[in-house]
Amino acid sequence: MKLLTLNFLTCARKTCKTNPAAFPLHPREAELEQIEAEINPLLIQNLLPRINWEVLKTISQELGLPSLPESAPDSEDFMTEEGEPTQTLKDLHTLLMEMNVQNGKLVCGSCEHEYAIKEGIANFLLPSHMV
Amino acid sequence: MSEPVANGEAYEEEHVHEVYEQIASHFSSTRYKPWPIIERFLQGLAPGSVGLDVGCGNGKYLAVNRDIFIVASDRSPNLATIATTHPPHSVCVADILSLPHPAHTFDFAISIAVIHHLSTATRRTAAIASLLAPLRRGGRALIYVWALEQEGSRRGWSEGMEQDVMVPWVMRGKKAKKGKGGGEEAQEDRTFHRYYHLYRRGELEESVREAGGVVVEAGYEKDNWWAIVERGEGEG
Ligand SMILES: [Zn+2]
Repeated sequence: MKLLTLNFLTCARKTCKTNPAAFPLHPREAELEQIEAEINPLLIQNLLPRINWEVLKTISQELGLPSLPESAPDSEDFMTEEGEPTQTLKDLHTLLMEMNVQNGKLVCGSCEHEYAIKEGIANFLLPSHMV
Repeated sequence: MSEPVANGEAYEEEHVHEVYEQIASHFSSTRYKPWPIIERFLQGLAPGSVGLDVGCGNGKYLAVNRDIFIVASDRSPNLATIATTHPPHSVCVADILSLPHPAHTFDFAISIAVIHHLSTATRRTAAIASLLAPLRRGGRALIYVWALEQEGSRRGWSEGMEQDVMVPWVMRGKKAKKGKGGGEEAQEDRTFHRYYHLYRRGELEESVREAGGVVVEAGYEKDNWWAIVERGEGEG
């Protein structure tokens, strides 16, 4: 599961939906793997305003990745004058699209329920008494 | 057969989820061509749009537009695994009635051939509400469900007929192969039955309104009713 995806996930329990502590979910015992992916400058440039940078910083820190800059990069700095992707864009692409949590857990900060991630896929099915 | 109301969740576990889990790879090999209206909806989205594909099956709609980002989900872990082969999108296992997504966030959502598998009217309406809750204001959901009016199809259902039906899925076996090492044994055909609620004309729109949604556009395509829906002003 891509780090980008964690920007768009929260606890599946109804009672947690309105609790700010449930977002983002916290990775635990995470096995990270970098999986090469084709870079799409158009997509990343347009995704950037949708990404909560504070969330991304928190998650990167929890995963033990090198700390991110204080604020999000400027999409003006994504392409060289020759129209090639800059290092700034490449780094962001790696972080969002190539870093994957392959195995581990996602923990809700509100109810502490743990969701398993196996072979890159998080499972959000709840036992019926928890729905 | 009348609506199986007693325990919708347990009923669907047996008559929908277990079946898809077992037929996943065979089902996937028959589902590859996107329907035109769904393709048009996805291709019309601005680059960088973020959305959901709830009940993504084998992920055939994840191949349509690579300039958007879709968080797809399916109730069947086997199907979710098959769907992971479509970059740049992401896939997880989730139930439409308990989606793991923040409210008021997404530009769009699609749910194709999913909501007709819920076994009571209350659960079907709740599924639509659940699909609308993650949408930002102005975000749109595209919903497809099987129609009762299928006069043109080999199934022969039509207006006035029973709407809650069991539909067979035949997984063809293999013929015996002769070979030096004794060959392969024949496998018999296996038939699975899936529960469907067939929607009559106007029923999808009624359910959308009940779920607090506003129908923007709706129609009929190839044995299905579809609707493009926005979240109403009422809640949140
Ligand atoms: Zn929770």
